[in-house]
Amino acid sequence: MNRKIFGASFVLASAASAAVIVAVILIFMITIMIGGWDHLTWEFITAAPEEGMTAGGIFPAIVGTVLLVLLMSLAGVPIGTITAVYLSEYANRNSIFTKMIRFAVNTLAGVPAIVFGLFGVGFFIQFVGGGMDSFLSGTGEVHWRQGNILWASLTMALLTLPVVIVSVEEALRSVPGDYREGSLALGATKFQTIVKIVLPNAYTGILTGTILAVGRGAGEVAPILFTGAAYYLPHLPSSLSDQFMQLGYHLYIMATQSPDVEATLSIQYATAFVLLVLTFLLNFAAIILRSRLRARAR
Amino acid sequence: MRMQSTKIKAENLNLFYGDKQALRNINLVIPAYKVTALIGPSGCGKSTFIRTLNRMNDLIDNVRIEGSVVIDGTDIYKKGIDVVELRKKIGMIFQKSNPFPKSIYDNVAYGPRINGLRDKKVLDQIVEQSLRHAAIWDEVKDDLKKSGLALSGGQQQRLCIARALAVQPEILLMDEPASALDPIATAKIEELIYELKENYTIVIVTHNMQQAARVSDFTAFFYLGEIIEYDETKRIFTTPKEKRTEDYVTGRFG
Repeated sequence: MNRKIFGASFVLASAASAAVIVAVILIFMITIMIGGWDHLTWEFITAAPEEGMTAGGIFPAIVGTVLLVLLMSLAGVPIGTITAVYLSEYANRNSIFTKMIRFAVNTLAGVPAIVFGLFGVGFFIQFVGGGMDSFLSGTGEVHWRQGNILWASLTMALLTLPVVIVSVEEALRSVPGDYREGSLALGATKFQTIVKIVLPNAYTGILTGTILAVGRGAGEVAPILFTGAAYYLPHLPSSLSDQFMQLGYHLYIMATQSPDVEATLSIQYATAFVLLVLTFLLNFAAIILRSRLRARAR
Repeated sequence: MRMQSTKIKAENLNLFYGDKQALRNINLVIPAYKVTALIGPSGCGKSTFIRTLNRMNDLIDNVRIEGSVVIDGTDIYKKGIDVVELRKKIGMIFQKSNPFPKSIYDNVAYGPRINGLRDKKVLDQIVEQSLRHAAIWDEVKDDLKKSGLALSGGQQQRLCIARALAVQPEILLMDEPASALDPIATAKIEELIYELKENYTIVIVTHNMQQAARVSDFTAFFYLGEIIEYDETKRIFTTPKEKRTEDYVTGRFG
């Protein structure tokens, strides 16, 4: 009898735990929605901020966030995929070199975001940007030795690299060995096998990696804090050397730097809501794309 | 034993997985345009052996091979052998049919395409010819665009045979090609093997005694990594020299 009670109470406890998670998310969403309800208008997402952020909208921050995430994926996904191909298809699993790469990837995953931000300043802005400026000195007005959307995207790409590598590698490993053997037995080279058989069957995994990276990248603020995010810009970024506004950063400065924090409270809620929805939409788009590819592969 | 021209010759072949020896001093002469069956209980080394013939074992870490495998007079384990070229000459059919998740057409065209063939007309011709030779053309000719994975198990295996034929190999290695198929599909594969041996040298691993007896001209009995007996199939099954062979083919152990 006792055993049955234990069993039943365990089911109850696990269901309750699951319910807690759902409840937290619901409370979270509802609070944010109620708090920002007054500002959730069409104008809010299509207009620029006005009057010291106490009025107007957040359009430039939305555009900046989308651009940042796109550039980040463009830089990070190919590098992450190629790394994963190396680890899964070429590297000898037991070699010291492979273990070093794995250790580096795991360490990278554990580095705090703010450290990436500082690295971005030191490496991309000072070193690469500074180098470019002295190399190009006198040829134009563009200055690379300062924060811009390119450096911020690259910094963000580094941050999300481990996520991409791990999920793509997993996808590559799940491609049946039968396919590889079948291809090699037909006289295909290893490279042909990877390009024509392995990668096409791992597309969904590469997209999963992108989804996870986008989800992570859209929400991070620390890496872009010093590498290109702007407090306020009257215009949208039009080149890689421009600074940009970003939703998470916008939220941060409204909450801490605004002249009148109380006045922006409702805008903060609304901004947080838009950020969540945007992340959700980016994820959703990638999921749709993935299921389409999956359907086509069958 | 009367021999025709020799296609494959294994000499003093030893194979180790790490410290474990899987093949012991294998000496085997496989004649051209004949079907040679490799039989023996599970784990006896017959699959390992067939994979040494197109160097598929290269893909496994920790494999060490001694001795030689000579195909058409060339030792395929000597330095400087182009394994990719070698594998074009040797088709392989696996135990589990493994069509790529592509259309039937693309499956068969895969081999010619990786060799650089782009001409649509020539490809069409090769695809049709290969599917015909694999005795599956009539079943699939109307939906070549359909995924290879949508076919039945027996059809998938014949598609894999067509895919192998499209590269125009000289040798076909078959690793238990019918072990996952029902009797009707199996019969079709066996019939096909019988037709194919006119143009190809075939080596087949099988668990099925009747199958070995039906399709092969020569049979090698493997046991614990060694070849116990190798002879014409009808002798192996009627008057084997070794007691262990007799016990195995009559089903007393295995």
